[in-house]
Amino acid sequence: MPSSATGRKGARGARPLFGGNALAWLGLIPFFLFAFAFMILPAGNILIGSFQNREGAFTLANFQNLLRPNIVKSYLVTIRLSIVTALIGGCFGLLMAYAIILGGLPKPIRSFLSTFSGVASNFAGVPLAFAFIATLGRVGLVTALLKTLFGFDIYDKGFSLYSFWGLAFTYIYFQIPLMILIISPAIDGMKKEWREASENLGATAIQYWFHVGIPVLAPSLLAAFILLFGNAFGAYATAYSLTGGLINLVPILIGAQIRGDVLHDPNLGYALAFGMVIIMGLSIIAYSWVQKIASRWMK
Amino acid sequence: MKNIKRTALSWLVLLLGLLYFMLPLVATFLFSLKGKKGVLSFVAYEHVFADPQFLKTFFFSFQMSIYTVVAGLALIIPTTIWVHLKVPKAKPVIEIFALMPFVIPPIILAFGLIRSYSRPPLALVTTPALLVAGYVIIAFPYIYRSIDAGLRAMDLRALTEAGMSLGAGWFSLLFRVVLPNLRTAILAAIFLTFATVIGELTLAVLLAWPAFGPYMALVGRDLAYEPAALAILSFAMTWGSIGLIQALSRGKARPGTVVAPGLAVMAEETKPTTTRSTTNGLP
Repeated sequence: MPSSATGRKGARGARPLFGGNALAWLGLIPFFLFAFAFMILPAGNILIGSFQNREGAFTLANFQNLLRPNIVKSYLVTIRLSIVTALIGGCFGLLMAYAIILGGLPKPIRSFLSTFSGVASNFAGVPLAFAFIATLGRVGLVTALLKTLFGFDIYDKGFSLYSFWGLAFTYIYFQIPLMILIISPAIDGMKKEWREASENLGATAIQYWFHVGIPVLAPSLLAAFILLFGNAFGAYATAYSLTGGLINLVPILIGAQIRGDVLHDPNLGYALAFGMVIIMGLSIIAYSWVQKIASRWMK
Repeated sequence: MKNIKRTALSWLVLLLGLLYFMLPLVATFLFSLKGKKGVLSFVAYEHVFADPQFLKTFFFSFQMSIYTVVAGLALIIPTTIWVHLKVPKAKPVIEIFALMPFVIPPIILAFGLIRSYSRPPLALVTTPALLVAGYVIIAFPYIYRSIDAGLRAMDLRALTEAGMSLGAGWFSLLFRVVLPNLRTAILAAIFLTFATVIGELTLAVLLAWPAFGPYMALVGRDLAYEPAALAILSFAMTWGSIGLIQALSRGKARPGTVVAPGLAVMAEETKPTTTRSTTNGLP
């Protein structure tokens, strides 16, 4: 890239220093080549593969297979898990972000919590699964503590870390900090004066939230929710190491097809992956659209 | 009176949150100390460090993360500078690419890479190069956001114009003017990439590499206390990386931009938002 920069030096001549021209796009070729080879091409290949049978001929059978009850079920479970964790994690993350930014807490707490959120939102995958096994697993510390202190066995009461809610509880651990990071700028944009003004005009807290707070935050909240949804939907590592593939989430199913664990049928795998790309694509489109609306308030 | 109530509520929310965050960490730490029956000891950690596989896989992932950092920075820094200086029109296109890893999560990426590169003439699956390429794609949003934020924070045009009128060529402009000013952003990109790649599971396991992530997953299947020790160690590593970024970027008046890793980096898209957050504290 520096070489192409020096190459351009002579050609630039007396033209305005920063006037963009078509030739300047050439400098982006290395990047576009790389992105094409390792992002677009693989994704395109999955798209093509989902329309092919094992012999490589055109077929729509893979999409018919997507309608198999167990696959529909796995999509529904994954969507439910993503929505539940995005909602719970989002709500609590919002409360925490509001508390540290506008709640009148000492300033150092905010910088501590934002650092911590950076760490915790990256603390996903295998180590997170281990942490929750050590905490809420069958012999986990909190499980044991509840048993010895209160004689309350959560596993007798139907809880299992390897069930839907166990997984949800674990996902929320990275959803909350992510929410704090995403929503903080929007909360920063809410001026104290708005609240003071509405209080001076006699508005109650509820009125303030319904007529000012929520309308202003709504687009940002929706955008954040979509991101959290996608974040949970695409997560493979945490589910893989927590359930060992017992719950049939979509990413787990795709992984199984790649590894050839069960019913090895790569083309069905491509169709599964294609379905996932569609859902993620739709959410990112929705995200960009909502984000555009959200940025209106931030001016 | 109202303010006091609000502050009290805030404390309550904060404490509840901290309880949820800290409990698994404390529990995991205590659990990791129970390796020897009846006493608290670091025996699980000793086991972890004594396992030759631990060092081997960790070193492998460490190597991969260095390759990823080098390749990623070499590709993305010049591209981002070029976009800022020469083709601002390309910015929306690059932004779309920065969102793509979200639409194509690692599990899909792995699948596509295997399908695209397992047959000759491009049988790259058996070389670590494909793994590194995948990691560069995964790390791209982090690196791009950091560098982009760094470039926005300085007056790139003024700096280059000043440099050129003083007779600097492109080479010395890049290495003696722009890059030194990007130091913090580059370090942030490095640590974020490192924190992401070192324990990465999905690509490593599906492309069948003996990396640290798959090793941890394997240990988790067979043993009880060692996984807890590994979780604590890797939390400490993440904390170390992110903490370093924080410490390095302290004093810079751009909070939130560099710190926010993961998808949060994407959310930082609206420029007005970030400039607002810096001015908001002022009366």
